This record gives sequence, C-alpha cells and structure tokens, in this order.
Amino acid sequence: MASVVHIMERYEAGSGLKKALSMARTEVIRTVRESGIRGRGGAGFPTAVKWNLCAAAQSPKKFIVCNADEGEPGTFKDRLLLTERPEALLDGITIGGYAIGARLGVIYLRAEYAYMRPGLEAALAARRTNKLLGKKVLGKDFEFDIEIRMGAGAYVCGEETALIESLEGSRGEPRNRPPYPVNTGLVGVPTAVNNVETLIACAHILVKGPEWFRKFGTDVSTGSKLLSVSGDCKRPGVYEVGFGISIKDLLKLVEGEDAKAVQVGGASGRTVPAKQFGRKLGFEDLATGGSIIVIGKDRDMLDVAENFLDFFVEESCGQCTPCREGNPKLLEGVHLLKQGRCSINYLRELQNLGRTMQAASKCGLGQSSANAFLDITEHFRSEILGRVPATKE
Amino acid sequence: MLATERESLRHEVAELAEKYEHKRDGMMPILEAIQEKYRCVSDFAMQEIARQLGVFPTEVYGVASFYSFLSTEPRGKFAIRLCRTLSCDFAGKKEVARQLENELEIKFGETTPDGLFSLEYCNCLGMCDHGPALLVNNDVYTEVSPELVSEILDKYRRMFGPASQLEEKEAHHG
Amino acid sequence: MPEKRAISPKPQASSEKPSHVAPGGTAPTSEKPMTISAGKPGDIGGLVSVKIDDIDIKVPFGTTILEAAKTVGIRIPTLCYHEDLCLAGVCRICVVEVAKQRTLQTACTFPITEPIIVSTTSQRVRQARRHVLDLLLSKHYGECYSCFRNNNCELQSLAKEYGVDFFRFGHPDKPRYDIDRSSYSVVRDMNKCVLCRRCVRTCIDLQSVGVLTAAHRSDKTKIETFLDRNLADVICINCGQCINRCPTGALRAKDPTDEIWAGIDDPNKHVVIQTAPSPRAAVGEAFDLPPGTSVTQEMNTALRRCGFDRVFDTNTTADLTIIEEGTELLTRLYKGLVKKEEAFLPQFTSCSPGWVKFIEHFYPEWLPHVSSCKSPQQMFGALIKSYYAQKQNINPADIVSVSLMPCSAKKFEANRPEMRSSGYKDVDYGLTTRETAQMIKEAGIDLPHMPKSHFDLPFGDASGAGLIFGATGGVMEAALRTVVEVVTGLKAEQVFAEANVIPVRGFEGIRYMEIKVPQTGPMSDLFKHLVKRGKLGKDWSWLKGATLKVAVAHGTANARKVMEDIKAGGQFAGCHFIEFMACPGGCLGGGGQPIPTSPSIRAARAKAIYSEDMGLPIRKSHENPHVIKLYEEFLTDGPCGEVSHKYLHTHYTPRGDYLV
Repeated sequence: MASVVHIMERYEAGSGLKKALSMARTEVIRTVRESGIRGRGGAGFPTAVKWNLCAAAQSPKKFIVCNADEGEPGTFKDRLLLTERPEALLDGITIGGYAIGARLGVIYLRAEYAYMRPGLEAALAARRTNKLLGKKVLGKDFEFDIEIRMGAGAYVCGEETALIESLEGSRGEPRNRPPYPVNTGLVGVPTAVNNVETLIACAHILVKGPEWFRKFGTDVSTGSKLLSVSGDCKRPGVYEVGFGISIKDLLKLVEGEDAKAVQVGGASGRTVPAKQFGRKLGFEDLATGGSIIVIGKDRDMLDVAENFLDFFVEESCGQCTPCREGNPKLLEGVHLLKQGRCSINYLRELQNLGRTMQAASKCGLGQSSANAFLDITEHFRSEILGRVPATKE
Repeated sequence: MLATERESLRHEVAELAEKYEHKRDGMMPILEAIQEKYRCVSDFAMQEIARQLGVFPTEVYGVASFYSFLSTEPRGKFAIRLCRTLSCDFAGKKEVARQLENELEIKFGETTPDGLFSLEYCNCLGMCDHGPALLVNNDVYTEVSPELVSEILDKYRRMFGPASQLEEKEAHHG
Repeated sequence: MPEKRAISPKPQASSEKPSHVAPGGTAPTSEKPMTISAGKPGDIGGLVSVKIDDIDIKVPFGTTILEAAKTVGIRIPTLCYHEDLCLAGVCRICVVEVAKQRTLQTACTFPITEPIIVSTTSQRVRQARRHVLDLLLSKHYGECYSCFRNNNCELQSLAKEYGVDFFRFGHPDKPRYDIDRSSYSVVRDMNKCVLCRRCVRTCIDLQSVGVLTAAHRSDKTKIETFLDRNLADVICINCGQCINRCPTGALRAKDPTDEIWAGIDDPNKHVVIQTAPSPRAAVGEAFDLPPGTSVTQEMNTALRRCGFDRVFDTNTTADLTIIEEGTELLTRLYKGLVKKEEAFLPQFTSCSPGWVKFIEHFYPEWLPHVSSCKSPQQMFGALIKSYYAQKQNINPADIVSVSLMPCSAKKFEANRPEMRSSGYKDVDYGLTTRETAQMIKEAGIDLPHMPKSHFDLPFGDASGAGLIFGATGGVMEAALRTVVEVVTGLKAEQVFAEANVIPVRGFEGIRYMEIKVPQTGPMSDLFKHLVKRGKLGKDWSWLKGATLKVAVAHGTANARKVMEDIKAGGQFAGCHFIEFMACPGGCLGGGGQPIPTSPSIRAARAKAIYSEDMGLPIRKSHENPHVIKLYEEFLTDGPCGEVSHKYLHTHYTPRGDYLV
C-alpha cells in the first residue's frame, strides 16, 4: 500500500463553502453522513451524527469549535494542516457552522502553536474582506465569523468538554456526560467540537462529494487518514493513507520494518508488538488520531512506559480519583520494575488498577492512560521482569 | 508592588476586560496577555481580573495554577521549553537537557538569577519528526543538538545586555 | 433554601449569565446543575422505565440513577455527592454498570432519559469501589484514633463497608502538608483531604464567599486559598459550612475543650456556660438520637455534671436582643419617617457573626445599616462579667465564660478586640455543639438519660421568642411578636394565629413579608428615656396605617442577592428590617453543629425548635421576667440607653475585599 493524496489535495478557498451554501443545511449534513466520516481527532465519533444532534437542538445561539489542541504525543499532522491548508480548515469550520446553525466558530489553538496565530489571523482578515466571513457570507443570508482562542498548555483540553471549560474561563476539567456538548456545550448552548482534519475533510467532501471520500478506507472506516510517523524509522513525517492499512505495510512505507513495537494513537493509544504487525489501522481495530511512534529493537519498553506515564501524571486534570491517583501508582510500578523490585502479585494489582482506570475514570484521558502500561506488561513480559540494575540500588 | 505599577496594571486589566465585555470567557485571553507582558500573573493581577470579571480571586488563582503556560511566579524573559515526549526522547533530548542545564547553570524548573531564562520541560510540541524540539517563547527550534544549544541561547542573550558583556564572556572562556 | 434538583428537564436556551456577574462566584459549569433537552416521544407521561439490578421501575425523565436506586432501597455509595451542593462526579465511587455503555457511569450524575438497564454489583463495579478507596487511602495521612472524625467519617465508613482489609497501594507514614491553624474558627489539614471538592462547592456556590479552590493540576491538585495563604489572611467569614460538609477530618473547628477543662479543674475559677437554642435540638444526634430530638433540660444537667458552675440560657439575651434591636428599629423608623433624617433603613440584624464579617468584607459601605446590637452571645458575655459578677460578688477575672453555640464563627466573634465591654474578655471561649458532645462523653455522661433541670438564675429560663432564634426567620418572628404588641397594643395572637408568624418561616432562600399596622396603642414606660431624648414620639400614632416591610435571608449567597438588590434600588431597598443568617437553615445549620447536614436534618431541627416554642409558658421577649428585672436593676436608662450601649452594643470594622 502506498500513501495517497486525498484531503491533502490543494484546496481553493471558498469552494466547499459555496457548494454548502447552495444546499439546505440538512442536505449538507446528509452529504457528510453519506461519506461515513468519523472524527479524526482520535475518538472517531460519526461527524454527521454530531452535526445533526447539534442542528436539531433548539437554541438561538450555537457554536462550532475547531479543536486545534493537538497534544497527543507523536501527533503533528494538524501542525501541518494549520500551516499548509488553512483555507480548507476555515471553509470546513464555516460549513459546519452553517450546517448546525451557528454564527460563531472558535479555533482553540494550543499555546505551543502560538507562532501559527499571525498566519491564521491574516487568513481570517482576508476572508472577511472577501466575504467568506461576515454578515452575509458569499452574499447569502448567513452570518458567520471565526475567532481564535489560545490554549495555555494543558493536554487535557483536547478533550471536548475540558476544551469548553477552558473557553469559558475555568480550569480545563472535563464535565460529566451526559449531557453532551451538542446539547449543553459552550456557555450551556449546543456546541459541536471537531478536529482540524475532520473539518478539512468535510470541506473536501462538499466539493467532491461523499463517494470521492469513500474511494479509500474500509466500509466502517471510510476515507483516508493523516498519520504523523516518528521514532525509529528512516522516513518520519506526515503520511496520508487509506484506513485499513496494516502496520506492516505502513512500516515498509516509512522504512522502519525492524521495529520491536509501534505505538498507535500516541500515549493514550495501543502498544502493538511486532507479532501483531498484521493488524490494520481503523476504527474496527486500531483507532488513532494519527500518532504513530516506531519503537526500535534496542529500546527499553519500560522506558517507553515510563515516558508515557510521566506524561499522564503531569497532564491529568486531577479531578477524578482513578486517574489522579492511579497514574502515579502505575508510574511507581514501572520504577519498581526498572529496579527489578516488583512482585508478580503487585504487577497483577497494578494491571487490575489499570483496568479500573479504563472503566471508571471521568474522561478519555483517564480511560486510556493505562493502555500502554497494560499492553507493555502483557506483551513484553520477559523484558520487564526480573531485572538486575547495573548500579547499586 | 509600587502604587504606580498597581495603577497601570489596573488600567490594563480593565481595558482587557472591556474587550471581553467583562464576561468570564475573557479569563484565558486576559491571563495570557498578562503572562506575556509580565512573565507571570501576580497576586494583584489576579485580584483585578477577578474584580473585572465578577468572580472570586481564588477562582482566578485556580485557573492560573492549572495551566502550564501560566504561572504565579515570574518566569524568565525567555521561557525555554524542551519537549520530553517519546520521539524527542529517542532523538536525544536527554543530552540536550544536560547541555541546557550546563549553559544556564540552573536546573529544570528554575529561572536564572538575572531573570532572563527559565527552563522547563513540556509535552509534545508537534515536531516529532524533527526532534529534539524546543520552544523559546514562541520560537520553535527543531533537531536541536547539544552544540546548537549555546548558539540558540546566545541569540537571546544578544537581545539583552550590551554586546560587550558577551564578548567579555567569550574572552574569559576562550 | 431552594432544593437544587440534580437535573431540570427543561430545554435550556442560551446562557443565563448577565454581562457582568455580581461578585457571587460561579461554580465551574461542569459542576452546575445540568439541563438536557426535552425527551423523545414514547416516554409515558414523562416517566421512563429503568431496570436496576433486576428491579423494574418508572421514574420521571431526568432522574439520576442514584435517586432512582434510592426509591427501591438500593444503596449506592457516594463521597463527593452532597444533597446541598451541585454535582461533581469526581470521586467515582458511585460508578455502576449501564448496559451498552463501554465505561462505568457515575450514578450521582447520570440522568435517565431513556430506558436503560443498570447493574450496581458487577465485578467491575466492586473492583472500582475498592480501588477508589485504596487510592484515597494511599494518600490519606492521619490515624483514625487521633482524628476528631473517628467513628463519624465517610471515608472510614466506606472503607468498612467495602471490606478494606489492607492498604493495597500503600498508606502514608508522614504528612505532606502543614496544618493551617491560623484562623480562630476553622482548621485545615489537607493531609486528610480526599479532593471531593465539597468545600469548594460550598464556599463558592452555596455561600458565595469564595475562599477555597482546587489549585494546580494532576496529583499536585490541592484545595487551597488564594495563593495558599493562611485562612486568617484571606476573606473567610468563619461560617464553617465547609466543615459540616467535609467527609473527613480535613476541616475542623478550633477546639478549646482542653482550656475549658483546665478552667473547670481549677478550683479558683468560676466556669459558666451559656447555651444557644440550636445545640439543644441537635446535640442528641451525637448520642444517636434522631435529628430534631430536643434535649434542653437533660443537657443542663449534663453540663453541670461536667463541672460547669452555672448553666445559663442564651435565649435570655436573645430576648434582650429583641428588645434592644426592636427599640433600635423603632427609633430608626421614627428618625426616618417623622424626623425625615437618614435612618439607615433597612436595618440589618447583627447576631450572625458570619454575616457580620461577610458584610464587613463585601459591603462595608452598608455597615451603618447593621444593628449596633451585639449578638446574644456577646451581650451575655458582657453581662456575666459585669452585672452577674457584681450581683454574685465574684471577681470577673476568675470567671471563665464559655458559650455553647451551633456556630464556628462565634469563636472569631469572641476574640474581636472590641468585645471587652465588661473590662475583661467578655466571652472566653466559643464551644460548638460537637465539642460539647465530646466533653459530655469524655465525662462519661449518658446525655439522653440525664434528669431534666432548668437554667440557672439570675437569668433563668427564657421565652419561646428567644428560642426560635435558632431557625432562619426566628429573629424576625421574635422581633415581630414584640414590635407588633408594643406598637399596636394588640396581642400578637390577634395579629398572627397563635403568635406564629408563618410567612417568615421555612427554608426558602429569601422571604419577604408586609405587615400593615392597623392601629396603634399606648407608649410603654420602658421607652420613657428615649421619648425624653426625642428618639421616639410620645405615642405610636406616627406608625398608624404604615406597612412594615421585612425580609429574611439565610445562607450568604442569598444575603448577597439581597444586598445586590438593595444596591440596585430593588424591592429589598424598600424594606425596613431584614434578618440575615450566614448559614443555610439559620443557626440550626451552623458550622458547629453535628455532622452530617442535609435539608431533612435541618428541617427536623427546625421542627423541634418551633414545637418547643409552642410548649413554653412565655413566648414573647418583652414578657421575659428576668429581662424585665435586668432593665430595672442594671440597664436603668432603658433600651438603647447609655448603659445598654456600653455593654450591649458594638461597632464594626470595614474590612473590604482586597486581598492584595
């Protein structure tokens, strides 16, 4: 399998928007539904369903939010999209706003990407001049504008309700769900939060039609996916592939075939050992927001686990018990394993704890922070047990 | 804080709050603007923000203490953030970290005594294919090596203090 | 106070926030009561079917799983959930299985909007509960033996209930944080905190004071004050509502029992205790009596057996307060209505020290409106070390004056520098209901089975009007019973059935009432000094036909609403007299009362207070013979005279709300 150029295709500003505004809102949503597109940020919620719920909610005020808080370790595809394809994104946000009945779109841009802001603001200013934003977009009876709000260094704000909390001026602590943002979102009104890639894909779908999108991918995971590949491979970078590609084939593409493991989906994803490289990327099996980290033969899997758990210990919002207290415990367990001082019983306890964290945490962060630990302690037993450290304890 | 400093801060916060109609959703932009200018959000600033947005000072403190890019203690004029995520780790961030500590003579989490640099880790800068990556305020540097570290730091040092200081240092260390 | 339903099944339109929110604080939206849009067709009359553990029931749309389970007697453990507070959903101990949901859901927050199947006992659920407890215990530093919540701690109870028999993830052997003992009233020990956020929700949302917040992130998250300053250095009003709702011993009141025992053990000291109305209806809870069991006279005996030399009834000075404050109100009305001078109406009550500190901080420019009367506690303190000491020939320096209050702020009040009218510290120690129960138990006394006894003279037993001070609206009702009789010449029973002023009763957050003055009666001799000085007319005719407008607010969030309304010139600006209580429910919900607290517990305590009032021989403050005697013997120039101003009135400190 090779890489494709699909949503990374060049995009003419306003092309998708023009098409969308010539349709009824319901038609726009239907077009997106027929494409089968699911959220590209990692969660994979069907975009058309989200837009539909939002459109159906009764409220004079609504918002569409572009989640540009790309914080998942190993993900840099939005970085590329924001710098190279801003017009497609801005069209996508406007199309989404039209579909759900919003008058304002917000781009939540992570603080680490502040250097992109001037470019985006310039693009917005140009749009306002060219009537792609404003009181009568493209001369139609549709008012829409887009505002940029910055994040401030919190991975958890990539979670949609934490993002909304941050926009409202609070700590980025995820909310109880239900109710969901499509009903009760930003300042309590219906809000659709979508990933950068999703919105760009939708813009293309409006231009070229849903069938075009279905050219790649599988029946369940339609379309292409941008992958950001890094780590121990000869050709790291952003790749666009059709869903359904196997890890083996991907590694061939990026020249990282002698990997020991691949981390699919970032720190909150799955650690796939070499013997499972036949598995395919997609919502059927290995879902990912795009992050692919290739782990070479000489890497210590406990270092990998430690790195990820360090990350979660720092980024957990701290609200709920399983995540706040559980992640440090798992990290402590990794330290014990590194020192060669972890009993099988205690390891089992930690694995059970990991499963509780997956089941009982309040948001996706806590629910997936134990994934890597569980995968590594399951697939790399021989490597992690019974170590004798070189230095004195 | 001097009375005059308080007055000007009060004006600034009031102007910012006006821009956001004194609504709570202006909290983050206001905090970011204050952090940018003063390298921290001081107790007085938090109190003023609370006043202007109709919330309690403790709530502003709760928000300011939550986010990594906001601080209640002054950060350096140039905040250095080194990515510590896995790919940058694989690419050699540990060595870069070591060299940064050597050059700045501080440890991670600290600020240089002259207030010029603060050093901390951060999580995934989105430059995983060109690691190790680091941010200095809003400037991104990729494929940073220990050798490049002093070059990068010098660039910022040159923006502050007379060039003679730098030359003196070079002469001293030969 | 209005019950906050977990979910209100109304479609929510746009945000209700005004463009400038009055400094009333806002709970993070995630913790506000949630709303959801209207249900789907097919819901039978707004009822939804749900199966919980094989039991089929129908519940109103939007009911949470927790509420639904309660209706069929299924117990789901909770920790961060509290009836008085908005939802949090952070402890995760109430998680249950909901069919078709990948993850467990919190029963306290999950609204039932469509038919679901719930299981409260699966392996995952049991394991999750144990893990939550094991994780909390891995950070919780403090031996139960040496904790004041031993045997009354939610973490302890849950650990027992879920069979914690070893510390799966360890247990700390040293504290992480220093204990904050800076405040006179509240002590904070964050080593015991389980981060349930109840105190934050109480302080910001319920009380609108905003002292506490969750600060930092992840496992460094800690409940802190502004920049983690000492409690004494931030704007804490000492109401102690946070203590009442804390599930563990992280928050407690400052305990003076050691000093009091020392006083009792010292043969040279004369230790007297005055007791407020609310503790009597609540102290029994610490002895396993149901809430609302009044044990007034048993408590008198118990206290004497502990070693207190005298047990006095604070209701007596409550009666005194009514006369002083009622008179003050009448002089202000005269000043405003007749002399047409600035009279600082509406007059605000001043007996709640939490409320007093609240207004000193947040609305200091309105302090002239606060009655200059001290609280009954402080009036009593001043009288004990002057009038009583003289009468009994005791050196005031040898008197240890203790006051049993449902209140934590009284500890601060007793330490106010101006509270030394007797020449000595008027009240030495404020003692809470909880601490009293502790002392009684320490002395091996079985309170419920004590013989009954009356209060000591010269202050004796007081009127029912003094007693009802303990409930929100009680001060207002007591004042009205007296003012109505004094002004109209009628009996209170002729104006209000059985002298019960029902409109000012209840738990509605803010209550308003208008009373028309139908007729006026003769001037009482009690006021002759004031008439002579021109502070009152020679009769009450100037009030004939007037409409007295009064209001009652309890909980400082409601107090703030009233103050904002007054500032804006609204309805309450036209009131003449407003009763403010810092604590929800009034004093019976005070920060020193037995833990736990809930709307039903407070309602039971109120019921006890009002029914005790009905059974008392005297029900109006001005009919209290001991008070009448006090005016004859000591306060000889009458209410609001010079003598009473010296001992019974006070001034306030404009503090402002600047922390920096």
